[in-house]
Amino acid sequence: MSARLTTSLRIVQRNSILVLIALLVALAGLIEAIRPGAVNASWVSNILEFAAPLGILAAGQTLVVITGGIDLSVANVATAAAYIMASQSPFGVTRAIVLGLLVGVLVGVINGLGVAIFKVQPLIMTLAMGLVATGSLNVYEQAVARGVPSVPAVVHTLGSGTVLGYVPVSLFLWGAIAAILIAGLRGSGFGRLLYALGDNLEATRLAGVHAWQVLLTNYALCGLLSAVAGLVLAGTVNAADLGLATILLLPSVAAVVIGGTSIFGGSGSYSGTIVGALILTVLNSVLTLLDVPDPVKQILYGGIIILLAAAYTRVLGRD
Amino acid sequence: MAATVAATAPRRPAVSVRRTLRRYGWTIAVYVLFALLMVATVVVKPDYGTFEWNTLTLAALPLAFAAVAQTVVVLSGGIDLSVGPLMALANVIALRAMVGHDLGYSIAASVAVLLAVTLAGAINGLIIVVTRVPDIVVTLATSFIWAGVALLVLAKPTPGVPFDYQNLAQGSALSPWIPNALLLLLVIPLVWVPLRRSRAGLSIYAVGSDRNAAFRSGVNLGWSRILAYAVCGFFAACGGLALSMTTGIGSPLAGTLYTLSAVSAIVLGGVSLAGGRGGMLGPIAAAYILSLIPAVLIYLGIDPNYGQMIQGLLIVIVVMIGGLGAVLRRS
Repeated sequence: MSARLTTSLRIVQRNSILVLIALLVALAGLIEAIRPGAVNASWVSNILEFAAPLGILAAGQTLVVITGGIDLSVANVATAAAYIMASQSPFGVTRAIVLGLLVGVLVGVINGLGVAIFKVQPLIMTLAMGLVATGSLNVYEQAVARGVPSVPAVVHTLGSGTVLGYVPVSLFLWGAIAAILIAGLRGSGFGRLLYALGDNLEATRLAGVHAWQVLLTNYALCGLLSAVAGLVLAGTVNAADLGLATILLLPSVAAVVIGGTSIFGGSGSYSGTIVGALILTVLNSVLTLLDVPDPVKQILYGGIIILLAAAYTRVLGRD
Repeated sequence: MAATVAATAPRRPAVSVRRTLRRYGWTIAVYVLFALLMVATVVVKPDYGTFEWNTLTLAALPLAFAAVAQTVVVLSGGIDLSVGPLMALANVIALRAMVGHDLGYSIAASVAVLLAVTLAGAINGLIIVVTRVPDIVVTLATSFIWAGVALLVLAKPTPGVPFDYQNLAQGSALSPWIPNALLLLLVIPLVWVPLRRSRAGLSIYAVGSDRNAAFRSGVNLGWSRILAYAVCGFFAACGGLALSMTTGIGSPLAGTLYTLSAVSAIVLGGVSLAGGRGGMLGPIAAAYILSLIPAVLIYLGIDPNYGQMIQGLLIVIVVMIGGLGAVLRRS
């Protein structure tokens, strides 16, 4: 390999986010090529609107994956939060939203207790809590709510309203979350502890860190973010059924992986995840444009996620 | 690599009892839990008879296969989140092949289905080994792919599995208390015991236990992992065929729930998600426990909707106790 090639490869490796952005632009170009004129302001607005719930859901996932864990309950939590919020909204919207968010925090805290104190593997803990959340929601639906409750207007505006014609309202919320996360992961002690725990749990503990406190807080945060994502999603689709966020589980993990966060923990960033979420949303838009049957869409989606992840692992030398 | 060490170490009776308890303690506990649950069931429902027992074995059959499929991969240090879709794939191909044919043809078709889905499982493994993308990401993605393929094979749930074929699981040839669905579980030891004793099977444990040590002992890591995923595909196919026999229909979404239930069953069954440790007996009993819970709820007159919640809680409690035990032992 020539010296220049090695250098340029190194530049690419250091700035992998640029590659991702290039990929994003290429996908948008593909759409423009398939259907000239399709990529315009309202298309961008649409993409951002649909990427926001995924981006927020993947935010929690990013936090957990950085510590070397994984949260498979994010989609169940998002669904439960949205459903409970919607069904409680007749008794006061503020109260309903707070209840919805509390659902997320509650599941997150229990996940955190299991992982941090009882040393249960994150995969199984969150999987089981996802079952508990969905099971409890089914019982709740049968006993209390019944049917598909309507989404209050405030939440609907949050999920699908726009400012100045094109800027989605949810973008402000997502932007705020992103700013806090990016700054917090880089600059705050808590953020750095997450990387430290993901890199070497034992060493971090020996350095005097109360690992369980950090992990517990982190899983609670992930639960909270999942609940927020659920509320935004309910606003976007303007309905809160029992399968609302199920389809977002794979994309939430995929966005994190494509965004360059190592699934083994210790490295990664939320800015990568944001681009990952945008890529997945645009990809969905490409597949919709191709007008292929749903099963084929599903196969292509899975295949492309593997290709992207493989490209990441191979070309950029990450794992 | 507890398995090999135990097999070659000289036997001393006093230690051996303790070692047996340590190695099989969890499995024994799972069987005790199952027995207690059965006793509780009979107390709740005094007229518990062959019909109820038969229903339980039928419900547990696909889950037992799914759990065993997942176990093989987890033993090799991986995880397969596409077990459910693989089952669905086997189930729909079987329906397409069998509808309107006799038993002999159906069995021949089953063999083809087993081969096809074993290949699909091997493809999972191949992708993981070649791309070096983590197992969980690849199998999450392939779960979409296999589910998509299943939908292409069969768009919606369709009846038509030949009755003779259904009776392979639904009847009871020997005695009412030994339903066919229980006998069909014999496929598991028939395949797993010889495999486990072979060099290839041992390498699955080795890879899952300590990848570096396995590599330095001359184990071909790539092939061993692909083998584990292929065997997983085989058992998932058995699960899909079991669904054909027990439900009589082909359904592209039939397997969806089994991915999570299978992981639950193996954790309850004492297989370490870290890999290299565990066997098949625990997960099979766990599959029976998980299938018994909804039935007991119905006998108790409780809304079966509580089933999923109780399953989840049971797993949370079990893994927390397991985790607590490990923490206490360390300190």
